[in-house]
This record gives sequence, structure tokens and C-alpha cells, in this order.
Amino acid sequence: MIWSSFSDFWSMGGYGLYVWGSFGVTALLMGAEAFWTRRGRRNALSHVLAELRASDANGKDWR
Amino acid sequence: MFACLAMVLTVWGLWLGMFVAPTDVQQGEGYRIIYVHVPVSWMSMVIYLAMAFWALLGLTFNTRLSGMLTCALAPTGAIFAFLSLWTGALWGKPMWGTWWVWDARLTSELILFFLYLGFIALTSAIDDARRADKAGAILALVGALNVPVIYFSVKWWNTLHQGASVSLTKGSSMQQTMLEAMLIMAVAFWMYAIAMTLYRVRSIILIRERHSQWVADLPEVKALSLEARA
Repeated sequence: MIWSSFSDFWSMGGYGLYVWGSFGVTALLMGAEAFWTRRGRRNALSHVLAELRASDANGKDWR
Repeated sequence: MFACLAMVLTVWGLWLGMFVAPTDVQQGEGYRIIYVHVPVSWMSMVIYLAMAFWALLGLTFNTRLSGMLTCALAPTGAIFAFLSLWTGALWGKPMWGTWWVWDARLTSELILFFLYLGFIALTSAIDDARRADKAGAILALVGALNVPVIYFSVKWWNTLHQGASVSLTKGSSMQQTMLEAMLIMAVAFWMYAIAMTLYRVRSIILIRERHSQWVADLPEVKALSLEARA
């Protein structure tokens, strides 16, 4: 271990803003992307479902 | 599975990079930005090359899946290209004294970011999926010329951006632990990109194949439609 205390780790030898700014935004965007991708899956499923129901309601089997 | 690998490798890489790797002689602790900057920059180029590969395959063999894969790769690539610029700016400020310079490396990476955005805009502006794939594939292929420009920019031009610390031919000029941590992070982000792309391509396939029987027979879809009926 190279850090003597937590505040030492947090300040990153004076570069804290730059280091944590980089890591923070990277984590944020990757987390957000994972969330969007998951929601995209749900949207796709509900889209498919809506079309299925519509074709059932029409009584036509045009699939 | 790729997502789990990505998480385990990220924890391992960050541990090595943030707690084990020593301080840099020239840059102090500020150099630790390398553990995100280099992996995201590499991946922004690798993903574009992957897109160009699928685009070429799609154009020559007219395979349907390749267009979907190209579309699924683009958002992750755009995010990595943006992060490369962002972490680069945050690294440039303390080390070079500026957030941005119009240097060959930075400018060509910015072009890469715009190519991703252009690809996403172009493919989503065309309603017919097959035509969108074709147009996108051409953009992806033409834009691929930019990737070697980014990679070799530090050699071809005299730039503010430093040269490569890791080279396939000459090995590495970095300290061993630093190098290990950086490579682990790069593999982790690679796994993340694969996980995101595969997850996204599954949604794209669902949408495009919504009229085929196998989609209606999917256990996921059946469970949902039963739920809706009840």
C-alpha cells in the first residue's frame, strides 16, 4: 500500500480534481450506458408485444 | 459472462493501478489517469475497426446480422471516444497547461468521435433498416481511414501528445506494475464493450424480426404476453 491515509489517497498528490474527474465521468457514462442498454431491451420487448397484440386483435395471421 | 469478466478485471486493474503501482517520477500521482485514458482510447479505435469489419462483411456478402452488429457497436464506441477526449483534457490541463490543442492526435480523435455521432445520426435517420445499414456501412468504411491516422499521428507529426509508451515491436517503456494495471483495464473495457454490444444487438434483432414466429415463441415474450392478458 502506498497511501498513508484516506485524505492522502483522495488528494492524489494535488491532482485529485483531474484524476477523480476522469475516473468519475468514466464510471458515470459506463453506468449510464448499461442502464440505457437494459432499458432498450425492455422497450424492444414491449414493442414486439404491442405488435403481437395488435395482430391478434385484427384476427389476421399475417406474421 | 462478459459483463462479469469486465467487473472482476476492473476491480483487479483499479486495485493494482491505484493502490499498488508507485508514483510517477515526472507526473506524480496525476499519471494515474492513464488507467482510464489509454484503455478508452484504444477501445474507441478497436470498436471503430470492428464496425468497419462488419460493414465490409455486410456490403460484400449482404448478411443481415453484420448491419445490426455495426449499429450495436456505435454507441459504446462513441462513449469511449468521448471519454478519451474528456480524460485527455483532464490530463492535459495539469501536464501541458491546456485542456485542448489542435494537435494531430487530439484532432483525429475528435474526428473519430464525430464519425461515431455521424454514423448514429445517419442510421437512425433512415427508416428502412436495410438501407440504413448500407449507408452506415459506407460511412464506417470511409471513416476507418482515420483510425491509422490517430494511431500513427504521434509518429507522422511532431505533436504535443507523447509517443506510444507501449509498442508491439519495441516492448514497453513503462514500469511493470503500471503496465500490468493498464493492460488489465484495457481487457476489462474490451469485455465491457462486448457485453454492451451483444446485449444491444439482441434488442435490435428482436425489433427487426418482430414479425417472425420465433420471436412470438420466445419464452421472454410469451411470459410477458401472458402477464398482459391476466
